[in-house]
Amino acid sequence: MQALLHQIFSGLANGAIYASVALALVMIFKATHEVNFAQGELAMFSTFVASSLINAGWPYWGAFVATLAFSFVVGVVIERVVMRPLQGAPALNTVVVFIGLLVLFNGLASWIFGHTMREFPSPFPPAAWYGSSYLSPHEVGMIGVTLVVLTIVFLFFRFTRLGLAMRAAAENPHSSRLVGINVGWMLALGWGLAGALGAVAGMMAAPIVYLEPNMMSGVILYGFAAALLGGIDNPWGAPLGGFLVGVLENVAGAYLVGSHLKLALALALIIGVLLFKPSGLFGKTTVVRV
Amino acid sequence: MTDVTPATAPLLELREVDASYGATQVLRKVSFTVADGGMVALLGANGAGKTTTLRAICNTFVRTTGEIHFAGARIDRLPTERIAAAGIGHVPDGRGTFKGLTVRENLRLGAYLRRDTRETASDVEKMCAHFPILQKRMEQQAGTLSGGEQQMLAIARALMGRPRLLLLDEPSFGLAPVIVQEIFRILRQINRDERTSILLVEQNVRLALDLVDHVVLLETGRVVASGLPSVITADEAVRRAYLGA
Amino acid sequence: MRGAAGRSARARLVLTALVATAALVAPFLLGDYQVYQLSVIVVYIVAVLGFDLLTGFTGQVSLGQGAFFALGAYTGVIALTKLHVPYAATPVLAGAVCFVVGTLFGRTVARLEGLYLALATFALAIATPQILKLDALDAWTGGSQGINFGKPASPLPTLLNDDRSLYFLCLAFAFLLYTGAWNLLRGPTGRALVALRDQPVAAATVGIDVAAYRSTAFGVSALYTGVAGALGALVAGFISPDSYTLFLSIQILVGGVIGGITAIGGAIFGGAFIEIVPDLVSKISDAAPWALYGLLLIVCIMVMPGGVAGLARSILHAAEKSRKARPR
Repeated sequence: MQALLHQIFSGLANGAIYASVALALVMIFKATHEVNFAQGELAMFSTFVASSLINAGWPYWGAFVATLAFSFVVGVVIERVVMRPLQGAPALNTVVVFIGLLVLFNGLASWIFGHTMREFPSPFPPAAWYGSSYLSPHEVGMIGVTLVVLTIVFLFFRFTRLGLAMRAAAENPHSSRLVGINVGWMLALGWGLAGALGAVAGMMAAPIVYLEPNMMSGVILYGFAAALLGGIDNPWGAPLGGFLVGVLENVAGAYLVGSHLKLALALALIIGVLLFKPSGLFGKTTVVRV
Repeated sequence: MTDVTPATAPLLELREVDASYGATQVLRKVSFTVADGGMVALLGANGAGKTTTLRAICNTFVRTTGEIHFAGARIDRLPTERIAAAGIGHVPDGRGTFKGLTVRENLRLGAYLRRDTRETASDVEKMCAHFPILQKRMEQQAGTLSGGEQQMLAIARALMGRPRLLLLDEPSFGLAPVIVQEIFRILRQINRDERTSILLVEQNVRLALDLVDHVVLLETGRVVASGLPSVITADEAVRRAYLGA
Repeated sequence: MRGAAGRSARARLVLTALVATAALVAPFLLGDYQVYQLSVIVVYIVAVLGFDLLTGFTGQVSLGQGAFFALGAYTGVIALTKLHVPYAATPVLAGAVCFVVGTLFGRTVARLEGLYLALATFALAIATPQILKLDALDAWTGGSQGINFGKPASPLPTLLNDDRSLYFLCLAFAFLLYTGAWNLLRGPTGRALVALRDQPVAAATVGIDVAAYRSTAFGVSALYTGVAGALGALVAGFISPDSYTLFLSIQILVGGVIGGITAIGGAIFGGAFIEIVPDLVSKISDAAPWALYGLLLIVCIMVMPGGVAGLARSILHAAEKSRKARPR
């Protein structure tokens, strides 16, 4: 029983990472109906930037905030420079460009930062009072940081003029323009936010999976599974899906399939949801089928 | 503030505007004006190009050539959102409400370009006075509203931007006659009190003629007649061919 | 009109003859390592062909070709080492197995729209190495070590050494599959596939069984990729799970996109590209090929979505035009 509880709790901690990734995916999907295959690699790259800042002597939280800003800008630039000219292009073209971004950032990271695994610090000291036999301080911190970030994001979308405009632009670009919203910029801001959210996930994951260019390949897969399970058009459902998938991964890994098949489990989840519940548990739109 | 436009200059002027969707040309050399404070009806059969004319003015969906001037500035190359910012409110065909957002959020979006928070709030109240049903629906998603309610919301949203010119694409569509009467009364009131100019596309010709002070008649993308409603309706041939009366 | 068509047909004939001659003569002029590289190019050409058949001609975006490549490789090697199938026959067996699995997988996912199919196959590509390492399959797959079986010896050691004989084996399969694809696409099947890609709804209304075509296309694509995988394993002399990561799938994607996914001739360029170019740029940095791939994918889609084949076609077209426009 104790072991099961332990698995569930640390599953929630991993789920926090998936929740951030899933929300980042939703952010772009809502606005453009595209799935950002490069989300994980962007997060990895951001985490390397954070690592470099910390190594250069920056305090952790200073580096954290600077990395969020950096990732935001990268997201905006990608939307403006790469994605914008592709508006209205067939799915194949956008998918290829996403894969191009994935490979580009993976290659750049290896090139600039090298292949060797790096330690990445956790801002939550291992002996902190909020640690317990169920959850290490870092795991508690991960969940806490994610919940704070999710709350900020929801407050932003719910109560600010800009957040409202972004929701409007995602829902009905044409009417948004008629009321004076610059829809193109709203998409770019969405990309920026997605980049920052991904960076949060990367920085929270790095102390656990170690920092290296391929660190996010498993995380992104679970991020996809989370977003699909929760509903890839649902900004509430997708993060919830993240926590759910995190628990599922841990419990199934411990009792069902073993830790060596975690990626295959994510694969099964993704295909299973696409085939049997394409709108996800909490989603609205059904995946269009041919 | 001084008004740089001379009193005689029109608020909106189209000069030989062509418009096309891809290879299909819909408007040919369309020219007309809307006076500052004026109310103009754009009439014609289905497919004559009325909706396209409104879209051309807002630079959405169609490609245009020719010149469009608004309040003394050329707007035909501006992106849609800048045209909105210049002071043109548009109630598009199909209403274009944000269905997933609440009525309040729809109204807030109508005032997106305004920074005067307090006056915006009082304008929301004003809209509720115009359309009491919106008050009741304030926190509901727009998609749950009936067609008529959405139409009212669309008009209210456009008015929230305090436009100098309001474009309306068939505001009576799908509404009960009583409500239509009410909407037209409000339009008249807004035109009188706020000097909001109106360019109206309307199937209900009689109603439109009753409201406006100028009529532009379109046929297959061309302006075939324009003038005072009384002059237009006096022409027997025009009446029979286009006005269905 | 006839002159122009004749000229372009002649140009194609000359090009084909050149490529064929080079393919037959080159191995005797090159050293063993280069012959090995040439074999790898041929293997990639077959794999890119498989990708083109699926993505270019039916519009189904697959990011998981590496999984079928792996399946082909493992099927071939297991047949060779456990069942003692003659090595030249292992690609046939691999192709057959991949065809069946591919058709089944295709049937399962074929109703997914482009983006979601890409997502499902992307997940497949990421999960593949882990599945190959599965403990339960260890006896067959060799677990995370893989299987080191050594390159098969040449049947005619006096005429051809091992590398050359493997090269000609690859070439024979490539020739068969290439002409097969060419004939397939010229006939009614090709027209049905293209109709399916461009007008899926209309295609269904004129009686094309969309689901059946899509899953068969998946199967045929998997067959090509599986043969390539088996050949690749023979050429290398060993297999290991970590050769079949997401990046293999991406490499095949790059080859397809650079060559031009709707022209099977482009596969030759694409296959050569993904073997030669990384070798050249890796002198700058280990990671440089990947950064370059990423950049190329993005730029290619933006400025020449038809790939090299599309570019060649439009250059030829422009040349024809200017020739016609020139006063005599």
